[in-house]
Amino acid sequence: MAALGQILHDIPIDLIIIQTVNGIVTGMILALIASGLTLIFGIMDVVNFAHGELFMLGAYMGVIVIAATGSFWLGLVAAALILAVFGAALQIVTLRPLIGRDPLNTILATFGVSLILQNYALWQFGPVSRKIPDPMSSHFTLFYLQYPWYRIVIAALSAAIIGGFWLFLKYSKFGIWIRATAQDRVMAQAMGIPVPLVYTGVFAIGSAMAAASGVLFGPTTGVDHSMGLDWVLRAFIVVVVGGMGNLGGSIAAAIFISLLESYAAIWVDPSQAVIVSFVVLILTLLFRPTGLFATPR
Amino acid sequence: MTAAPLDKVMPFNRPRLSHTAVFWLGFAAVMAALIAAPLVLPAFWGRLLTEILIWGLLAMSSDLLIGYTGMVSFGHSAFFGLGMYGAAAALLTVSPPNLWLAIVFGLAGAAGAALFVAFFSTRLRDIYFAITTLIFSQIFYVIIFTWTEVTGGENGLIFTRPHLTIPLLYNARFTPTTLHWFVLAVVAGSYLVLRRITQSPFGMVLQSIRENEPRTRAIGYAVERYKMVSVLLSGLFAGLAGVLYAIQNEFAAPDFVYFLTSGDTVIYNVMGGIGTLIGPIVGAGFFQLARQLLSHLFGDQFPYLIPLGIVFIAVIIFLPQGLLGFARRWLNR
Repeated sequence: MAALGQILHDIPIDLIIIQTVNGIVTGMILALIASGLTLIFGIMDVVNFAHGELFMLGAYMGVIVIAATGSFWLGLVAAALILAVFGAALQIVTLRPLIGRDPLNTILATFGVSLILQNYALWQFGPVSRKIPDPMSSHFTLFYLQYPWYRIVIAALSAAIIGGFWLFLKYSKFGIWIRATAQDRVMAQAMGIPVPLVYTGVFAIGSAMAAASGVLFGPTTGVDHSMGLDWVLRAFIVVVVGGMGNLGGSIAAAIFISLLESYAAIWVDPSQAVIVSFVVLILTLLFRPTGLFATPR
Repeated sequence: MTAAPLDKVMPFNRPRLSHTAVFWLGFAAVMAALIAAPLVLPAFWGRLLTEILIWGLLAMSSDLLIGYTGMVSFGHSAFFGLGMYGAAAALLTVSPPNLWLAIVFGLAGAAGAALFVAFFSTRLRDIYFAITTLIFSQIFYVIIFTWTEVTGGENGLIFTRPHLTIPLLYNARFTPTTLHWFVLAVVAGSYLVLRRITQSPFGMVLQSIRENEPRTRAIGYAVERYKMVSVLLSGLFAGLAGVLYAIQNEFAAPDFVYFLTSGDTVIYNVMGGIGTLIGPIVGAGFFQLARQLLSHLFGDQFPYLIPLGIVFIAVIIFLPQGLLGFARRWLNR
């Protein structure tokens, strides 16, 4: 009993609470990225390898617009809109010709897109990482830390965007089209739903969500050309663990995995904490291959 | 009324060489050209050609999965990198450094990684397989990158090239020419072995998994076991490529375990033509030469992956069989 008490005493409660907050904040951003990814997969059967690059380009657009106008919120909206148009164009040029082919072709094509975009960003913006200034500088005290309010706002805003998107899917006409296409593409087409337009729209929405998360995340670390791969990998893990195409599952998995990584970072180096999410993925694949949060059909 | 049916109608007019004869004649001609190449080419291009052969072997190993089993691996860098670090381990710990021991260690390293990937990933199909191979390769990358005491971390490991030894017969330093011949011998040998594998009953089962997995299972083949062996074989050949690269460049670096190496491997395959074994080598050659040409024309800073990426996407959309796709049936006969 004494040993157990000692162990309990050794657990750094303050650190755990701080890391819980951190984990929820990154989890919400990850959820925002992953919900775009899982939406595109669920509707179009496309694994969008370029999603991380859309995230990265969104962040760069944010950097540019914020530098020009000085307004963070304008940068956020502008980046989302620019990337939505860009995503639509990308879908029309590279993915529309591949409709009806083996889904593996689309993963290859989007991989090509990600290479091009990443190298374009490196060429255009250079290897030095850019910084997005914090939109608000106020802090609150969390134990011995001055915790920026901004991070809490990011999490809330991500949640708001996901919630708004959910309402959009549920009640708007286009949202109903999207859900109908996801359920049965042929039937949707027979009912007069313009399926190719839905595809393009879904890709545009997914891109905008990735761009928004890029701008939101920008102030916490910095923006560089290679940030995409890191995030797309984690988003892939989230999407597989949450169950491919399952929006609610992805959000739950995003928070779950981010929390685990944050806790692991208390004891090991953050770059090694990633391995925790890999382990979660392996265990999921072994025991619940349809996803940890999948509802059995 | 095309030429092909006419040929079949009048087979006696033109005496034609059998398929086997044409194949081996072609093989001999290409081999002769590649053997002669280092004697003719300037040093830089000779070195590039050796490197292309090594990348070709890596791409060919992944073709066994992509082209013949129908599983796209985005994690071949793990096998390649473990081959490199395995060779490094042998060359750094055993003295004097021994070439064959480096190969054995490299293959063992790659086999370890391949067993791991084979066990966990083969129960998944299509994109799930692709994503998990990618994530597994990242696991190896993170381990190698952060385990500085053993792997040298970010800086990697540097070692000296072993001698080219044939026990009791030959022992000398590698020259660029003998290195090229050695690489060529390994790559050509691997090609013949892989070709034999794909034409064996085992290879036929792999291709039937590619064409229709549920039916293959229904016939009674243990699909998972075939896939595991396929991943393992593919990993071994990728590891062999890693050993060759380590010997050529005298270092092992975490960059080669990183995802970009896997991505390049997939590009070589798609550009050259999957399911042909030769195609991936051609793809690697095309990619590397185009890269050299572009940086020659526009300078070292030119982002060559932008035009090459556009070509890559165009190939997927307009030429899904790749450059050598037209010869696919013939090469597999």
